[in-house]
Amino acid sequence: MNFRQIVQRALAFFRKKPWDRDFDAEAASHLDFAIEENIRVGLAPEEARRQALVRFGGVQQSREKHREARGLPWLDSVMQDLRYTFRTLRRDRSFALVAVLMLGLGIGANVAVFSVVNGILLRPLPLHNPERLVWIESATGRSGLSSLTYSVDAYEEFRERNRALQSVTGYFPFTSPDNVNLTGHGEPLPFTSITVVGNFFRTLGVQPRLGRLFTAEETQKNGRPAVLLAYPFWKRQFAGDPKIVGSTIDLNDQPVIVVGVLPKSFDFGTIFSPGEKVDMFVPAILDNMRDWGNVFTMIGRLKPGVSLTQAQAEANILAPGLYFNVKYPDSKGFYTMKVRALKQYVSGKLRRPLIVLWCAVGFILLIVCVNLSNLLLARAASRSKEFAMRSALGAGRGRLIRQLLTESLVLAVAGAVIGLGIAYAITAYLAHQGSLALPLLDSVRVDGAALAWTVLVAVAAALLFGLLPGFRMSGQDVQTSLKDMSHGMSAGRSHQRLRSALVISELALACVLLVGAGLLLHSFLRLLDVDLGFQPSHAAAIKVDYNDGNNAAKRTAILHEILRRVEAIPGIEAAGISDNLPLEGNRSWGLRAKGKQYRHGELPGAFVYIITPGYFQAMGMHLLEGRAFNWGDRNGSQPVVIVNEKAAHYLWPHENPIGQMAVTGGRDIRLVGVVSNVRQSSLEKQGGWQMYLPASQAGPAGANLVVRSKLPVSALAPSIMHTLRSINPQQPSTQLRPIEADVDHAVSPRRFFVSLVSAFAAFGLLLAALGIFGVISYSVTQRTHEIGIRMALGATAGLVQANVLSQTLRLAVIGVALGTIASFAVARLIASLLFETAPTDPVAFAGTIALLGLTALLAGWIPARRASRVDPMTALRAN
Amino acid sequence: MCHTVAMSQEKLDLLQGTLDVMVLQTLAVMGAQHGYGIARRIEQVSGNQVLLNQGTIYASLVRLQQRGWISAAWGTSDNNRKAKFYALTKAGRKQLATETAHWERLSGVMGRVLGMQREEAES
Repeated sequence: MNFRQIVQRALAFFRKKPWDRDFDAEAASHLDFAIEENIRVGLAPEEARRQALVRFGGVQQSREKHREARGLPWLDSVMQDLRYTFRTLRRDRSFALVAVLMLGLGIGANVAVFSVVNGILLRPLPLHNPERLVWIESATGRSGLSSLTYSVDAYEEFRERNRALQSVTGYFPFTSPDNVNLTGHGEPLPFTSITVVGNFFRTLGVQPRLGRLFTAEETQKNGRPAVLLAYPFWKRQFAGDPKIVGSTIDLNDQPVIVVGVLPKSFDFGTIFSPGEKVDMFVPAILDNMRDWGNVFTMIGRLKPGVSLTQAQAEANILAPGLYFNVKYPDSKGFYTMKVRALKQYVSGKLRRPLIVLWCAVGFILLIVCVNLSNLLLARAASRSKEFAMRSALGAGRGRLIRQLLTESLVLAVAGAVIGLGIAYAITAYLAHQGSLALPLLDSVRVDGAALAWTVLVAVAAALLFGLLPGFRMSGQDVQTSLKDMSHGMSAGRSHQRLRSALVISELALACVLLVGAGLLLHSFLRLLDVDLGFQPSHAAAIKVDYNDGNNAAKRTAILHEILRRVEAIPGIEAAGISDNLPLEGNRSWGLRAKGKQYRHGELPGAFVYIITPGYFQAMGMHLLEGRAFNWGDRNGSQPVVIVNEKAAHYLWPHENPIGQMAVTGGRDIRLVGVVSNVRQSSLEKQGGWQMYLPASQAGPAGANLVVRSKLPVSALAPSIMHTLRSINPQQPSTQLRPIEADVDHAVSPRRFFVSLVSAFAAFGLLLAALGIFGVISYSVTQRTHEIGIRMALGATAGLVQANVLSQTLRLAVIGVALGTIASFAVARLIASLLFETAPTDPVAFAGTIALLGLTALLAGWIPARRASRVDPMTALRAN
Repeated sequence: MCHTVAMSQEKLDLLQGTLDVMVLQTLAVMGAQHGYGIARRIEQVSGNQVLLNQGTIYASLVRLQQRGWISAAWGTSDNNRKAKFYALTKAGRKQLATETAHWERLSGVMGRVLGMQREEAES
């Protein structure tokens, strides 16, 4: 077939009428010629016409042949099937509606989850050649970021000496949100600024939307202060004004030049600190940070042709030779390095949960398909006469299956359209959940890949739920089925058996889903129940700005005054200040007991909180031994420290720790108290060592005022802000935020998964209930006659009900039994996602079994009642 | 009934290519001609050995027309009847040459092959 013919055929397909008319005219003319000739040879007009028609061989057949030769016959028959399908579905509107809705929800959930998986796991990072980027951190770090990061000296040495990376950069990850104030225009406003190594954006391959990146001069000591703005911040704060580039803004009362604006596509938070927004970037002045300890997490770009393994091998050689600080010759040999793909760092942790989620929606679609298969089989019963008729009229088996598959496809496509709508809504919602601590969430959307997935899922679903009924229906013996239906009963014992099998498998699938959801839900509840070491409820925190001129005595006086005034606010039960809060900051220092010898690398660092008196009460922490800080712990008095239980137990295992001397930062300090362990960076993991130093003796990095009060945050905020402004008129308008928000943020990924899996399980349960209801209800209808006879013979309504219910229960028991067995296997697969919950958790299993049993009973009870109300006379007369 | 359908389909498959060549050749010899004329001519030439439902010629004609090998136009016959006249196009003439060569080669080969079989059976 050449191209010209294809085009011609397609054209002819759309111009059916004119072509038919042309053919008819041609056939008429042909017959006229023939008749004329026949008469000429001497036939009677009647006979001449008859002969002509015989020789022509059937006008209708010829017209069909003509159509086939000129048009697209396969498309014709598809259109025919479609027309027929629409007609049948219109006749059976409620069925079509239920089917399309179920498919819509099933496909929608699948496409939405696929989009999430695609956005987070499958799609490359939104950076230039992202597969060449690597994340470098300590392989042995045990206590938070400080032990995973590198000092300026280590960074510089590694950058110079390595041969595997074409570029090494890093950023300062110890930043807390709202760390700079935009001043100079009325009230100071708090924003988040990240300090990055000068070549950060060049290494990642991010080009500024406006202006330029940092110059070398801007990364020098006493260089001109420069800042790059993030796109959303530029839009929001400067109304997208391009003239801002090159002008000066005031950050913490210092003039800083805006050198550029980053592109919309670059979102630092979504890649490196999910759930947090970053407003601007300033260059790291390396010379200023040399003595700060470990400050950078490192990111590198592999040279072309260099593999991750090669880079790791080289790092293994280089790392032990790096100095923590070149000023101290013995500060060498503490570093290790783990080099992994940046993508792996960003979303590797989510791999398993996302795959579980993917499987869960797959299950949902399976249940939807089984349910639809069931509905189609029920319809098949009432349509078997129609199909017998068509088959008697000459439709082949393939033709009938094709017809049925067309129906399934039409349903699936309609479902896919609704599903896409649902998926769009879900992904649009998710992409704007900025506070959800999942990386790359903003890039989640229904894209081309998701559309392709939709098509795949819809077609697979159509085949899945359409093939079984298709084969059953088309394979029926014509004779039996015509006879069978005339009786209106026993329409298929085997039919009923098949449908029961489907319901059982549906129940088993729902059971697995419910057990999975139950386990995850139980884990989640356990997690919320965890003893954090502090009481997040009724506590709130606000960032406080003060100017102490780097004078410890002045600082102490200011902080004391703030707390005195805040505590005076009605409704405030306790108030305290800390520079770091659990689940927020992440900084650790070395700590050891004075006079004891430790192996190299034996001691983990301790998380450091520099606090004022009142902090423990405000946070709701427990002092276990000794005393808390008081205002008598001054600059110049005996340096003191409080540690958590874990550190105390390790450092002074068999002694009373109170009064012992410890060493941190080269200073001797006396231990005065022991407090409860706090979950410092995650609810799921036990905290490490923690130490508390008084703000009057150590240098805090900022201040968070924590208050404890039964009053709601909204009621407290104005009076607290008023008080803070009365002390420091420059106090920026920071948010008073509930400590619970931090907890919420920390558990948000788990909550996200739990709520999705639970929603899927609920949907699965509903579908299973529908399935049971459909089958039992249908069997009652089928057996109306039989039930009528039984009742006429003296069966009571109760007996009939019990009979139907026991039929239901039989299905439920088999389904749940199979499901429970499968669940044991599945539960083991998700064991690593559970928190303090065994994969055999009896609560989840018992709950599932009870829930499914009750649902089955309820779904069976409605038809059972109907059965018990069958009027024997009507039922018998009906036949 | 099923068998008849299958058989006639088989026959048509056999005829499909051949009928197209016959139509092309007829038009090449006769010049512009209408469907009835072509059908009659084929019947006459083949000595009524081709059992042709005359109606099927129109499927062949529309196929050839779509391929651009023949052109069609309504016109009037000698005895003043409206009829659709078909004529060979340049492309059609080329195609006919190709087809003719193909058929001659094929029939030559077939003749030789069948002849060889008979000899072998005899020896």
